[in-house]
Amino acid sequence: MVTRGFTGRRPAADIAARLPPGQSLTTDFPVLSAGPTPRVDTADWTFTLKVGPKPVAKWTWDEFNALPQSEFRRDIHCVTKWSKFDTAWQGVMIDDILAAAGIEAPTAYTLAHSYDGYDTNVPTADLVGGKAMVALRYEGKPIPPDHGGPARLVVPHLYFWKSAKWINALQFTARDEAGFWELRGYHMYGDPWREQRFTGD
Amino acid sequence: MAIPGVNSASPVTDLAPAPAALRWQSATIVAIEQRTPRLSSFFLAPALPFGFVAGQHVDVRLTAPDGYQAQRSYSIASAPESGTPIELAVERLEDGEVSAYFHDVAAVGDTIELRGPIGGHFVWSVAEGGPLMLIGGGSGVVPLMAMLRHRAAHGSTVPALLLFSARSWQEVVFRDELMRLAQQDDGFKLALALTREDAPPPGVYARRVDTLMLAECLARLPAPPRHVFVCGANPFVEAATQSAIAAGVPATRIRTERYGG
Repeated sequence: MVTRGFTGRRPAADIAARLPPGQSLTTDFPVLSAGPTPRVDTADWTFTLKVGPKPVAKWTWDEFNALPQSEFRRDIHCVTKWSKFDTAWQGVMIDDILAAAGIEAPTAYTLAHSYDGYDTNVPTADLVGGKAMVALRYEGKPIPPDHGGPARLVVPHLYFWKSAKWINALQFTARDEAGFWELRGYHMYGDPWREQRFTGD
Repeated sequence: MAIPGVNSASPVTDLAPAPAALRWQSATIVAIEQRTPRLSSFFLAPALPFGFVAGQHVDVRLTAPDGYQAQRSYSIASAPESGTPIELAVERLEDGEVSAYFHDVAAVGDTIELRGPIGGHFVWSVAEGGPLMLIGGGSGVVPLMAMLRHRAAHGSTVPALLLFSARSWQEVVFRDELMRLAQQDDGFKLALALTREDAPPPGVYARRVDTLMLAECLARLPAPPRHVFVCGANPFVEAATQSAIAAGVPATRIRTERYGG
């Protein structure tokens, strides 16, 4: 349906090719969070790997920082319609976390848990194989608290609510269990290129 | 509130009813009202009217003749009880693509596309009770206005306070309506904070939100707030939430909605 009088502002072709449907490019880094920003002291920070209810490995901040570090630069896409190109992250790939724990991914689904009680579900296949990391640095610096520091999940190929801020645990689950936003009408998978914003998209 | 596929034992208590799928539909602009120099309300009649909960938003989609589309999200300002049309308040943004369309092109009788309602977290209904503390910065007041209008539509006496920070007196969106509501003596109290007003009226704060201001607002409620909603640009929300926490509000009672960097 053409909107009378709307011409819009088209991005250049090279930018448009990198924008999923319904997204616009931003050069800022907007902040979207469901509640106050938790202030997490790295002296108290821990990260736990769980299979169902059972913890199988746990790291302190120093121990986690001693794991193999990787970097990637990716475009990210927020369900609130902004995309940001070439964001640079450094941290520990999920593959390396599993290797350090000495386990293979035991189930097909995971829930990422955060210090503020937030959680979000991601299929295990979308976390392994070099696709995702627990990031400790953004653009070469510690991640600011409102962007999820000290550590956040980064799964850049899914809408960015899947990249849980203030992460403190990754839990393997037998079933695909809905997380915080998924319980509130947002899509269980969240592929920006298929515009899977909401339930039923 | 049954949500398909959700375990009824889930501890979540703030879920809004979610339809199976949110379909795009056309909506006609039936009225436009300028609220402040930079913000106007657009009253939209969707072809298929829908129910919603105060605090929810809709996605709007505009299409150019060559098929290019732009989408944005706008909070609903009207109360669920007022039905159709729904009111969207759109602030003109510098360099805005969609807001420029609304302010410079859109006219009564035009149709746009929208889908909704969206959002099951930043929502409140009278059944959830209070006290209710609302903190809005600029156009962040819009979803909070829907909550206050919903409260008023029910004749609710749930204690409520709105702390509204705006740049100037003339940028206090819904000012006359808010002042009328505050004069009804039904448990709603209004606090205004103006950040760039040279001569603020008596009883109006002339500074940005801070911990002391939050403490004074909390003292005007008969009991600590059960639900706190903060909406605005991210720096405002950060300042307001940290001030509220410093003033003694448990972080778990605070819900936020943010926009911009």
